[in-house]
Amino acid sequence: MSLALRIDNLPHIARSSVKCVVAVVAMALITNLGPGWLSTIPDWLMFPVSDIVGDSLTWFAREATIGGIAVQEITRGFAGLIDKPIEAAVVVLADGLFKGRGLDVTQSVPPLSWLALGGAAIIVAHRFGGSALALTTSICVAFLVSFGLWQNAMITLSNVLVSVILATLLGLVLGIWSFRSTHVENVTRGIMNVMQTVPIFAYLIPTLLLFGYGPSAALVATVAYALPPMVHNTVLALKSVPAETIECGRMTGCTQRQLLWQVQLPTALGKIAVGLNQSIMMTLNMVIIASMIGAGGLGFDVLKALRKLDIGGGLEAGMGIVALAIILDRTSQAIAKRAAHGKHREPGQWPIWKVVGLWLVIATGIAYIFEPAQAWPKDYVISTAVFWNDLVTWINIEWFDVLDAFRTFALLEVMRPFRDALAAAPWSMMIGLLAIGAYALGGARLAIYCVALALAIVMTGYWGPAMNSLYLILISVTLAVIMGFPVGFWLASRPQLQTAANLTLDTLQTLPTLVYLLPAVMLFRIGDVSAVIAVTLYATAPAIRYAMIGMSQVPVARLEAAQISGCTRWQTLRWIRFPAALPTLLVGVNQTIMMAFSMLIIAALVGTKDLGQEILIALNRSLVGQGIVAGLCVACLALIADALLKAGAARAVTHRHKKED
Amino acid sequence: MANDIPASQDSNDVPMLSCQGIWKVFGTNKSEFERSGGPDMRDQELARRGWTVAVRDASFDVARGEVFVIMGLSGSGKSTVVRCLSRLIEPTNGNILVEGEDLLAANEAQLLDIRRRKMGMVFQHFALLPNRDVLGNVAFPLQVQNIERSKREERAREMISLVGLEGREKFFPDELSGGQQQRVGIARSLASNPAIWFLDEPFSALDPLIRADLQDELLRLQKQLHKTTVFITHDLDEAIKIADRIAIMDQGRIVQIGSPEDLVLNPGSDYVKRFVKNVPRSKVVRVSSILRDATSSDSVGDIVVKANDRLADVAPKIGGSTQSIAIQDDKGVTLGYVDRDKFVRVLAGVV
Repeated sequence: MSLALRIDNLPHIARSSVKCVVAVVAMALITNLGPGWLSTIPDWLMFPVSDIVGDSLTWFAREATIGGIAVQEITRGFAGLIDKPIEAAVVVLADGLFKGRGLDVTQSVPPLSWLALGGAAIIVAHRFGGSALALTTSICVAFLVSFGLWQNAMITLSNVLVSVILATLLGLVLGIWSFRSTHVENVTRGIMNVMQTVPIFAYLIPTLLLFGYGPSAALVATVAYALPPMVHNTVLALKSVPAETIECGRMTGCTQRQLLWQVQLPTALGKIAVGLNQSIMMTLNMVIIASMIGAGGLGFDVLKALRKLDIGGGLEAGMGIVALAIILDRTSQAIAKRAAHGKHREPGQWPIWKVVGLWLVIATGIAYIFEPAQAWPKDYVISTAVFWNDLVTWINIEWFDVLDAFRTFALLEVMRPFRDALAAAPWSMMIGLLAIGAYALGGARLAIYCVALALAIVMTGYWGPAMNSLYLILISVTLAVIMGFPVGFWLASRPQLQTAANLTLDTLQTLPTLVYLLPAVMLFRIGDVSAVIAVTLYATAPAIRYAMIGMSQVPVARLEAAQISGCTRWQTLRWIRFPAALPTLLVGVNQTIMMAFSMLIIAALVGTKDLGQEILIALNRSLVGQGIVAGLCVACLALIADALLKAGAARAVTHRHKKED
Repeated sequence: MANDIPASQDSNDVPMLSCQGIWKVFGTNKSEFERSGGPDMRDQELARRGWTVAVRDASFDVARGEVFVIMGLSGSGKSTVVRCLSRLIEPTNGNILVEGEDLLAANEAQLLDIRRRKMGMVFQHFALLPNRDVLGNVAFPLQVQNIERSKREERAREMISLVGLEGREKFFPDELSGGQQQRVGIARSLASNPAIWFLDEPFSALDPLIRADLQDELLRLQKQLHKTTVFITHDLDEAIKIADRIAIMDQGRIVQIGSPEDLVLNPGSDYVKRFVKNVPRSKVVRVSSILRDATSSDSVGDIVVKANDRLADVAPKIGGSTQSIAIQDDKGVTLGYVDRDKFVRVLAGVV
């Protein structure tokens, strides 16, 4: 009683800290002094979930039959079917047609030349984004061509195009269906929420089993991965159509069909297009990763380089991905903007498809006569790979002591102790603390939800790797927030820099995750330090962005009120800006964690020992059950973090007086 | 013009639009409402069931060619009424007759047909389709009816020039100002030549100057087209400027219906009185309402005013006169006289 009274007199933060310490100590005592199964997970809590999932999926793929036809026959047949559009796209964009066999193969019809396609990209960029975008696009095209990356970029593009078209069609259908029926919406939203947190590798495993190694498995995985945001955005976009606009449609006597096709969809088009941009970028990311199961293209180059530790080659292919990403992102955004706000054509201006069509004909003609316009001559291909490799060698020789000292210090003094502490902490203590924290933030419902998810991880037997993931995530997110928030705060007070900052952040966030591994590996070779650095790099962008948005969205009137009351800069920050920005900052932390999770899995490629590694191993050895279950464990972790932070953000938004009781 | 509908105010004519005892109660449906006691339910009873009454027992007729304004503050139920009239919102109880035909009995297909051919609506926030240019927006109601392209575009161009937007046919809504966007909205609502014209706070989202311009534009159009008009507004000045008759709504109820003059001179309740208190009478009251019969000393002198003129319009003429002033109708028949004294007293609000 007297202790409680004294705690009540402390300032808020101190009070919270004291409560935390008390909780941790109490839980530690209980779980360590209690029965043994509280500290080591007992066998009766574990279920062979992986085996069950693996066996049933394998049975389904290998032995199950539908209507007398083996599932495998069906899926492989389907794979053959969806191979066709990819093959067609690859023929047109990258490879052309061949005749002859064996060593006598000669190209009978060339693909569209770099001149034709690159020019078309620049023309489109110019029409929708003005000369600035045309210039950006030109630079990216020039880079791809002169570094000899064009053909592989076009293979990647073929995959992206076919996947995006499929994902868009499916997404629209599911989105419209969900929009029309709340029942369907609830079902799809539930599935989509889980799908968005399941790590990218986990998609590859079942598709590999069902569709076999090759572009079609990659395509299916990619479409599945890009589908959730497309559905989500379609529903949101349709819901955002103003009530008056729909009333207008009804008043003009639209039938249900007319209302959908002529009023709701066109009005929602702008927002759907924004979602389309997102799913294009997700598709690109996935296509790069899907190189692991045979998508080919630029991603394969990066993977090959990573495996050989050929940093230079990897970096160039990585830059190629960046160039392709920038073209796709900027152009699709510009088109989305145009779709949202129509603009009339100047008299005499040709419609864009005519201009592009004419250019394709002319450029193909030129390429026919002038060989280098078809395929960039090998002798003129620039390569900086040697330079980068030399640079890495040089860094590793000249700076070895410094880098190694840093690496060793980080590993031995910070990361290992933290990891070991998490590994040593009894599982029951972690779950107990989770329950207390969740209860404090969001009440009993939240606590039950979080504990159930955590127990699911315990049951699968992946608790150890999960703690390893947690330690990497916590360190990376802490670093990202420590580095990102101050930068965001600083940018918030400089509005003139914000456009440039937004553009940079956008670009950083659209870069495929694989690219982020390269600089980390370059400096710190493989291991946890590289993983943390790559994850931190990737997760810093949202931290900066949300800090900037949160701080600059403080209502001007409140700032003026602070000024007129004579607040110092610090007082304004402490009492006005920070409380107003807190909900946004928490959303930012949440976003940072989600980004960190998606990167962490990729970081398994540089040799971590967490859930990501389990998935990667499963992928390489075709251990279907393990891969999927480890993937779902990552989803559980992510869902817990998401729920906790959303509850925190919700608390920060609502200000209610304390009940006096 | 082909779309001119002759104005006629014959008393034996069926009203264009008639609604009787309209209720809209949110949280329930027609049959449940009737089973529970319908219009006879007490307020406490309605509240106990958790129902929200948006419109209670609204009855009025709108004559052919009349401009009927429904005025009320936000939440008074005025927008719900206009949506009931077109069945955008299904009324919970009551009857609606369009040219004597029961609107609520119409099935889905009939309703589509009625909306396509008989009704046009202008919305507060314009509700233009952002992906269509001006021409496409105005032609939209005709496209819905599957009218062939050349015909619907010809008609749309006609409407666009009617609202003064020639040359902007290929512009998109986002490229137009608010006033221009609402002109497009007006043109679109008239494209199918509807008999009934609904305007739901059409000028509320516009700047005061543009608003005044569009009010004048509306009066000009109405002079030309004689549409049966139901106009929703929260602005009494606007109502007075535009209306033939005004219905004032408060908490879902129509508290008074009358001409602008009626409302200003004979407010039926304190609520209406508070509303019209600050309306300058000279801008509302017509000369005809203050005339007296001729006496032997009267004669038609130099100064003659029209019975329909408002006091403010004729004040400059009357200011200098010493004799009584003759009041004549449009045909030049003398209806009566008014003395300068009386005129000044009414202007000053003493009477």
